Amino acid sequence: MAAVDAPRIRQERRRTAWRLGLWIAAAVLFAGLPTVFPSGTALTTMSLMGIMIVFALSYNMLLGQTGMLSFGHAVYYGLGGFLAVHAMNLAIGDRLPVPVIVVPLVGAAAGLLFGIVFGSVSTRRGGTAFAMISLGIGELVASSALILRSFFGGEEGVTTNRARLLRLFDWNFGPQLQVYYLIAAWCLVCMVAMYALSRTPFGRMCNAVRDNPERAEFIGYSAQAVRFIAFCLAGGFAGVAGGLAAINFEIMNSVNVGAAQSGSVLLMTYIGGTGSFIGPVLGAVLITFLQLMLSDATEVWQLYFGLLFITMVVFAPSGIAGILMMHAPLWRARVLHRVVPAYLLAALPCLLGLAGVSLVIEMTYRLTVKANEGSAFRFLYQPVDAKSAVPWIIAALLVIGGFWLFRRVRPIVADAFGEAMLVARRKGWA
Amino acid sequence: MGMTAPALELVGLHKSFGRVAVIRGVDLQIEAGERHAIIGPNGAGKSTLFHLISGRFPPSSGAIRLKGRDIAGLPPYEIRRRGLARSFQVTNIFPRLSVFENLRCGLLWPMGYKYAFWRNVDRLVELNERSERLLEEIGLADRRHLPAGVLTYSEQRALEIGIALAGGADVLMLDEPTAGMSRSETDQTVELIRRVTAGKALVVVEHDVGVVFGLADRISVLVYGEIIATDTPDNIRRSEAVQEAYLGTARHGEGAR
Repeated sequence: MAAVDAPRIRQERRRTAWRLGLWIAAAVLFAGLPTVFPSGTALTTMSLMGIMIVFALSYNMLLGQTGMLSFGHAVYYGLGGFLAVHAMNLAIGDRLPVPVIVVPLVGAAAGLLFGIVFGSVSTRRGGTAFAMISLGIGELVASSALILRSFFGGEEGVTTNRARLLRLFDWNFGPQLQVYYLIAAWCLVCMVAMYALSRTPFGRMCNAVRDNPERAEFIGYSAQAVRFIAFCLAGGFAGVAGGLAAINFEIMNSVNVGAAQSGSVLLMTYIGGTGSFIGPVLGAVLITFLQLMLSDATEVWQLYFGLLFITMVVFAPSGIAGILMMHAPLWRARVLHRVVPAYLLAALPCLLGLAGVSLVIEMTYRLTVKANEGSAFRFLYQPVDAKSAVPWIIAALLVIGGFWLFRRVRPIVADAFGEAMLVARRKGWA
Repeated sequence: MGMTAPALELVGLHKSFGRVAVIRGVDLQIEAGERHAIIGPNGAGKSTLFHLISGRFPPSSGAIRLKGRDIAGLPPYEIRRRGLARSFQVTNIFPRLSVFENLRCGLLWPMGYKYAFWRNVDRLVELNERSERLLEEIGLADRRHLPAGVLTYSEQRALEIGIALAGGADVLMLDEPTAGMSRSETDQTVELIRRVTAGKALVVVEHDVGVVFGLADRISVLVYGEIIATDTPDNIRRSEAVQEAYLGTARHGEGAR
């Protein structure tokens, strides 16, 4: 009987060592990033990325791991943040010896507590019922945030000053670099914790409930209990993210508990990919980066996010991580380079089409919302007048030409991938 | 009572869906160590009876006792925790989990891990050994890493049974375990069922007459929601009422499903 045969144990040990190596690499990366990107903007961006990684991973405990589509996950992020801000102000006011580094624990406790309260109602059912209730609770809390001014601070929100908390050695966490390290440390701890959680008996039953809640009940598990525990823990980790946000921004307002914030974490998680642990991490990093970059470049950046989301849902429902996973066999078989020329070829029509679409969006925006500021603006460093016909014709040509070219190139890409996959399969990697 | 309670006991069990009475007064006792088959024509209520006993829906009236304790109306997970496991006629697995993971999940509660979110499943030696053993017993060792959803139909059937076998429940209920299997797969499955149910109670619904008569200690014949006979295989074979109600139709008509 091959119960615990030696090769399998060796294989398991190798995997453990490999995983440990990856975590150490992540720690080194987090520690080294400020040296590579020392600018203020970079530090702010990376701090936000760290917060969003925790938030998106906590969301994926629901969506990807347990199959629960929540439209109100910002409730636990925001409430965690608000409680953290109030805790910080309390500590400052009463001169309590509390260093800022433990403040995310307040967020965690708040997220967990509200997870227990709201989860006891919303997790009774899965599927659509859960999604609807999460939406309702989200709206409930968001509107309360505008009514309960003493706690939520109304439109302006509640502010704090992280530098006035207890110093830790000679760190007061005033400078952004110190905040970055605080966030990076918490982010790494939360990542390890959430990864470990997915490999416990409970984590496996989350997956089982996601796949088939009915059968889970026939092997001894209450699907409702599994959903409830997952919901509470996800709330706790979202609360940590909220606490980190409170430290980072030193302000929390009603937007942080609202539908837009809930939608944003859904977007990140989905675009990154719900099917693997790394997906939400990639999504959080990419979307945070795009949000900051695009909001500088265009005022209708949310529209581009909508387009990106639709494109992903239609063409790559397994997200960025899913696309990468698809290429893992090619990488292992060392044939990944064979698809690169085809991909570069396909990138051209995509870029042309994208340029055309965004030219149409920007010109429409100029003529409608910004009508009183004139029709002339700059697009890709070129002066454009939205009232003349030429740019519209160019945009139409770009879109149609891009689409036509893409149709031509698509079979080439498919063939290149298919052939590379065939080689990978022959080498035993797929 | 003095004597030990039967492993499973049904008393005056009724189930109606709206005005349609599907189970119309079923009484049955199954002792520990007994292998009991339920046969009957299609639509007789065999699957409904399984669903009532395993908690998928509550009975309209009557009692279901598992080892002497009433379980009627309890949710499925409570019934599983009290020692009754079942398989499904329509394959009901965890499609995105690996084959190994399907079996391991089946073992988690019986081995007492409950909702533990502080232990690494890969480090639980006995859990993994037992999953491994079960994987070999159902003949899917070379499929261990595949998502269960991509298995062939008969492989999924084997896994379906494997999940029900995991954890060694005192009462095991199998709903058409060999449906869709080849002759040799059927023989292997019957052998496995025979082995793992030694000393335990087995209730099986099966259309394959060979399997039924080879495996069962006693057979109940269910016709239109009522048990018209419960007896040894030999006596059932000889009973004229049964011939008329079921075996006759099976011989002339549909055969083994």
